[in-house]
Amino acid sequence: MQPLLEVHDLKVHFPIKKGIFSRTTGYIYAVNGICLHLDPGETLGIVGESGCGKTTAGLAILNLIKPTSGSVCYEGRDLAGISKKEHKALTREMQIIFQDPYSSLNPRMTINKILSSPMEIHGLYKGARRQERIDHLLEKVGLHPEQGKRYPHEFSGGQRQRVGIARALALNPKLIIGDEPVSALDVSIQAQIINLLIGLQKEFNLSYLMISHDLAVVEHICDRIAVMYLGKMVETAGFKQLYTNPKHPYTQSLLSVVPVADPRHKRKGNMLSGDVPSPIHPPSGCYFHPRCPRRMEICSRQAPELKEAGPGHLAACHLCG
Amino acid sequence: MNMKVKPNTNLLDVKGMKIHFHSSEGVAKAVDGISFHLDRGEVLGIVGESGCGKSVTAKSIMRLIPTPPGKIAAGQIIFDGTDLLKLSIQQMRRIRGNRIAMIFQEPMTSLNPVFTIGDQISEMFILHRGLRRKQALEQAVEMLAKVQIPEPCKRSREYPHQLSGGMRQRAMIAMALACDPQILIADEPTTALDVTIQAQIIDLMLQLKEDFHTSIIMITHDLGVIAEIAQTVAVMYAGKIVEQAPAVDLFDRASHPYTQGLLKSIPKLGRRAAKGRCDLSEIPGIVPSLYRLPQGCSFYPRCEKAHAVCNSLMPDLHSVSEHHRVRCWLYADKGKRKD
Repeated sequence: MQPLLEVHDLKVHFPIKKGIFSRTTGYIYAVNGICLHLDPGETLGIVGESGCGKTTAGLAILNLIKPTSGSVCYEGRDLAGISKKEHKALTREMQIIFQDPYSSLNPRMTINKILSSPMEIHGLYKGARRQERIDHLLEKVGLHPEQGKRYPHEFSGGQRQRVGIARALALNPKLIIGDEPVSALDVSIQAQIINLLIGLQKEFNLSYLMISHDLAVVEHICDRIAVMYLGKMVETAGFKQLYTNPKHPYTQSLLSVVPVADPRHKRKGNMLSGDVPSPIHPPSGCYFHPRCPRRMEICSRQAPELKEAGPGHLAACHLCG
Repeated sequence: MNMKVKPNTNLLDVKGMKIHFHSSEGVAKAVDGISFHLDRGEVLGIVGESGCGKSVTAKSIMRLIPTPPGKIAAGQIIFDGTDLLKLSIQQMRRIRGNRIAMIFQEPMTSLNPVFTIGDQISEMFILHRGLRRKQALEQAVEMLAKVQIPEPCKRSREYPHQLSGGMRQRAMIAMALACDPQILIADEPTTALDVTIQAQIIDLMLQLKEDFHTSIIMITHDLGVIAEIAQTVAVMYAGKIVEQAPAVDLFDRASHPYTQGLLKSIPKLGRRAAKGRCDLSEIPGIVPSLYRLPQGCSFYPRCEKAHAVCNSLMPDLHSVSEHHRVRCWLYADKGKRKD
């Protein structure tokens, strides 16, 4: 089966400019060579701490940020080489849901207008069919068609996120990238949106790329998970292997520090000390070695490659493979 | 005559507090008659969703509610025998930061960007302890060392923007604990931080609580954080405490339909990997507007177990066991459920 999306050695480096001539004095290595693939109907999760490059990776896959190098192939076609017109056609198939439902909807547009814009741009659903389509979308995401006449400020955070989801669905996409779609929502609303996303995926056979820092949410939604650290992928595996048998020390520590809603639960395992290093001056060798509880002499010299640690399970660590 | 007054372990006693905000839309009852107490050395967790009144409660203890539009309409806040609401501004200033201190969610916006970390912490010693600047700065460096900031001397000369998020929160904690307060109020102190840093900060707070014998009021929306740190928990909904219990009881025997719903709606780490995906149960609907609270129980429009009485009368807090109280009609008859 041809993967829907294939990302190979994707790099995004942001130049740091200084002085009156804006000379480039260095780079922020936001995404530093990641590889992933996504099959039709599958959900891939990207997890990591803030600043690990997960959002940048998502934006680069959509070509909303120009990648520095590497390739993003959608259904076998490399996005870097295509014309503007072809790219516009492809945006119909790839949509995004943003984190903040407050800043991602135009406050001066009604919900109807927000949902009709993508169809207008692509010249779809003309005439009376457009309003039908909007009403249908609103119903699908659990809102009333009459609410389409209202403005974003009249809705709660959860309802706004439903509008954001309806907008992403408007063009019948195959791939939806969710950039922390539930992390701005309250706990009781989070479950509603997670259930909605899972239901819509089954109904429309969508592929999801879910970017999140919440390991429990990612486990619940995703089939496969990629863990990122400082712009690199450190481990990728199916959800079952990753949560029951994590191989990389970073994944292990990450899983051990998630607070559990049980007062008798005691944290065990390795507690990470210190902060994530700056992506401007990443450490030598393995990026994780200054914080790693199991570092060896080789780790500061040589960066480990992603190696097979089990079936469908890759880890970038000298301890594995 | 020989009757000795038993030493009161209650450090803080909040009684029937009501805080209302007046605006053109009407009166928002942000906090609507809540009572709780905090013992010496205790960690009390207050948990709830946005808009439930948990932050307003915290700010009111520090008397930081902007008036107008806010107003403490009723209640008492008894701290160590004195009612904080009756103190003058000058008297309150002597308590604020000195005997009750507070840390906030966003350490970047709660530190002053134009002063160094050392200056900001030493201000505490100059203001409350009357030290000179030089001594105060030395003390500030000592505090930074106590919150485990590496190279405290160098860091004390840096500005907030030069520190990472976790480091800033450590600096905030250093400032809050500078004068050895009896109560530390922490308003979502780890929400803006990554999980690995969150774990560090929680451990630090628990350790400092032992070292400084501070009582902590921890305000958060994260039930996981509450489970890690709190001994007793108050769950708030729409300005009221709906359930109050020791942490173990609350998580084992959550009794209010809202608390039960909250616990069932969070995905648990490792559950799907171990047992396969089970549906997350959701609490239908949304939190009601504080301007237009439903008659009766505020939760009844979203409650699965609502019955006739719920939409006309607000239930009292009923005891289901010692120390475990629930604001729900299901438990009205001496802890026995009537469903």
